[in-house]
Amino acid sequence: MSTVPIALRFSHVSFSYDTLAVLEDVNFHIHEGEFSALVGPNGSGKTTLLKLILGLEQSQKGEVRLFGDQPKKNKSMIGYVPQHITYDPTFPISVLEVVRMGGVLSTSRRSRASRDKAALQALEQVEMGELAQRPYSELSGGQRRRVLVARALVAGPKMLILDEPTANMDAESEKRLFDTLRLFKGKTTILIVTHDMSTVSSLTDRVFCIGAQKPGQKGRTVVQHSLEPMDNAPAELYGGEAKRVLHDVELPADYCTFDGGANNG
Amino acid sequence: MDNLLGFFSALVNPDFPFVRNALVAGLLSSILFGVIGAVVTVKRIAGLAGAISHAVLGGIGIALYLSATGKVAGITPMMGAIVFAILAAAIIGVVSLKAKQREDTVIQAIWAIGMSIGVLFMAKTPGYTDPSSYLFGNILLISTKDLVLLFILDVVVILLAWRFYPQIEATSFDEEFAQVRGIPTQRVFLLMLSITAVAVVLLQTFVGIVMVIAMLTLPAGTAGYWAKNLASMMALGTIFSAIFSFGGLAAGWMLDVPVGAMVVVIAGGAFLGTAATRMLVTYSRRRTLHNDKS
Repeated sequence: MSTVPIALRFSHVSFSYDTLAVLEDVNFHIHEGEFSALVGPNGSGKTTLLKLILGLEQSQKGEVRLFGDQPKKNKSMIGYVPQHITYDPTFPISVLEVVRMGGVLSTSRRSRASRDKAALQALEQVEMGELAQRPYSELSGGQRRRVLVARALVAGPKMLILDEPTANMDAESEKRLFDTLRLFKGKTTILIVTHDMSTVSSLTDRVFCIGAQKPGQKGRTVVQHSLEPMDNAPAELYGGEAKRVLHDVELPADYCTFDGGANNG
Repeated sequence: MDNLLGFFSALVNPDFPFVRNALVAGLLSSILFGVIGAVVTVKRIAGLAGAISHAVLGGIGIALYLSATGKVAGITPMMGAIVFAILAAAIIGVVSLKAKQREDTVIQAIWAIGMSIGVLFMAKTPGYTDPSSYLFGNILLISTKDLVLLFILDVVVILLAWRFYPQIEATSFDEEFAQVRGIPTQRVFLLMLSITAVAVVLLQTFVGIVMVIAMLTLPAGTAGYWAKNLASMMALGTIFSAIFSFGGLAAGWMLDVPVGAMVVVIAGGAFLGTAATRMLVTYSRRRTLHNDKS
């Protein structure tokens, strides 16, 4: 087992909406600094699992631990990049203001100057500093996604969670997004949630698949699958190098050999 | 021209305090319309505000009936309005947060039932009560005490908007992200709804239900075409609202027509005119781009 501290752990977690069992006996963990992918088809329970991590829902059975405590208490350590599909293009807001939102506190107010400085730094990190004053609605889909990454980075998170980061994105934008994420690999725990079941970015250390049902259970569970590099994967199709998910090679969900990134990169 | 001069001389004439009061009321309510209107517009809860403002008529009708029949002495239409506004806001708030599926049905039901209760009770109220006087109000009947109430609400709303601006902006732009950041989004939403309800009650007794809902949406909507952010939308909405109120008051005076209806027509004209101009500009830009490419 790895000696690297654990960032996120699910232990025998079950969750249901009223009588509808969504997740049942989910066990897996992610180490600090690890780059993981959580893949599963639509309706498999990805969103529910994400809500449990973000502390927006509570499990009825089992335990979720985020950096050693309840997600509700530690969710401020998460930099969350949502899909934001219900985004209103008529909302008047600049790129800088969207990013500044990443440092917003629950009820108190901070000085605007300090928030502006942090927001500009985060925008530079995703190479979008020159677009700070632009209206957010004028950006392309790919640019908007990187602005949301910058927004997640503002508060200096220990873990980045990206929900379907490459949905409706062209290969060039996808490559730029993963180039940005590469900078944080090993330093920040990164979890990507996606419905793309076959391939993941080559940055990925471990892949967890959601959707399988154990015999006699109604809810879905999470299993870990093996990954192999795809030598012949066209980079323009996968936004850079890719790894193939081996769905027929199942690893125990808690199995890991993560060494803090010494053999990855 | 003589009419316009007449309006200005009425404004400074000490014998006509109601004209000056109406102007001050218009300016003071512009702050509420601009700030709350911007939030209502970006949060897309104009339907909710509409339902609350119309449901208030039920409370007014019951209060008029109880007072005129002597069943409850001293009850004023505003008291009835407050009770109904709180009831409507509570029901709508709970339904919006808990049962998303039937939200629109419940909102329309509250809208229609509230108004109908008002009409029924007014019909049974001794003497003649005209429901339309509550729909359009009469800004010329405003008293100095009412102006003080308006001023207090202005101060409260400006303070709340300034203090919680980052939270209001985040909740309106991306509610899920705001929740992850620990913002109590449900409480922020209920606070927005309550403030809207209180403002609606106060404003509708002065300017009428139709004008309240029109002015909560039209100046902010017009400002939305120019504003760079939520704060400038609030500021521009306030300026537009003040211009529309002043224009409506002047035109109402000069043409001898109801001021409330005049303000709504001016605000509506400005909004539709801006929207049409924007559509034409976008269309012609797209055509130019298309022609350049082909």
